[in-house]
Amino acid sequence: MYLNQFLFLAAFLFCVGVYGVLARKNGVLVLMSVELILNAVNVNLVAFGAFHNTVVGQVFALFVIAIAAAEVGVGLAIVLLIYRNKHSIDLSEVDIMKG
Amino acid sequence: MVAQNVIFGIIAAAMALAAIRVVTTSNIVHAALYLVVVLGGVAALYILLAAEFTAVVQVLVYIGAIVVLFLFGIMLTRAPIGPTTNLDNDQRGIALVVSVFLLGLLGAILVDAYGKTKLGEDIAVQRTAEVGTSIFQDYVIPFEIISILLLAALIGAVVIARRD
Repeated sequence: MYLNQFLFLAAFLFCVGVYGVLARKNGVLVLMSVELILNAVNVNLVAFGAFHNTVVGQVFALFVIAIAAAEVGVGLAIVLLIYRNKHSIDLSEVDIMKG
Repeated sequence: MVAQNVIFGIIAAAMALAAIRVVTTSNIVHAALYLVVVLGGVAALYILLAAEFTAVVQVLVYIGAIVVLFLFGIMLTRAPIGPTTNLDNDQRGIALVVSVFLLGLLGAILVDAYGKTKLGEDIAVQRTAEVGTSIFQDYVIPFEIISILLLAALIGAVVIARRD
């Protein structure tokens, strides 16, 4: 197996996630796209850990998983608050700070 | 090695299709279910890379907890269960250009940097005991900081979402 096949797949996942963050306007779907990006980073970490034959890649991937869990919890709480205040989670309507 | 490459190809194709469906489908619940396919594929990649503990944690935390959290979010925001039309904003063209450009850039850099680099013939299995030792010896301070961060996120989520 080449190292690059894992890195290419991770790069593809990352770019799909970036497209999702930019093109979606539903708050929950934007958070799902962020999860795609975080998973791409994790694949990179574990692949490089296997390549260098060290356990550190896995340790960092576990840290990223913990951060992702916290991020989704707070993110969904914010989306719920937006829904409660505006009765919609359309992020293009959340523009009261626009100059 | 051939078997591993065949399995990698199958997993990669499934993950790529599912990832594209996550960002293009017009049904929010289907997006969450396609996300399960992607996350399961990532866990399978960890198995291929001989990282068993991380694969198990991926399944437990992502598929077991985060996807359920997403489904609760979909339910609590009363999203329509069937297909809807207004999930995308009017930046789809620009977003596509940006992500394709980014993919080309990353691909060129990867070919340049790791074009012929092979993983070892048999990847050494990183035992769970070694992962635990590394976390609790070399990375114990980041581990404790993550504990505080999880507590802060928990309290923050409750305070933000509380009805008062």
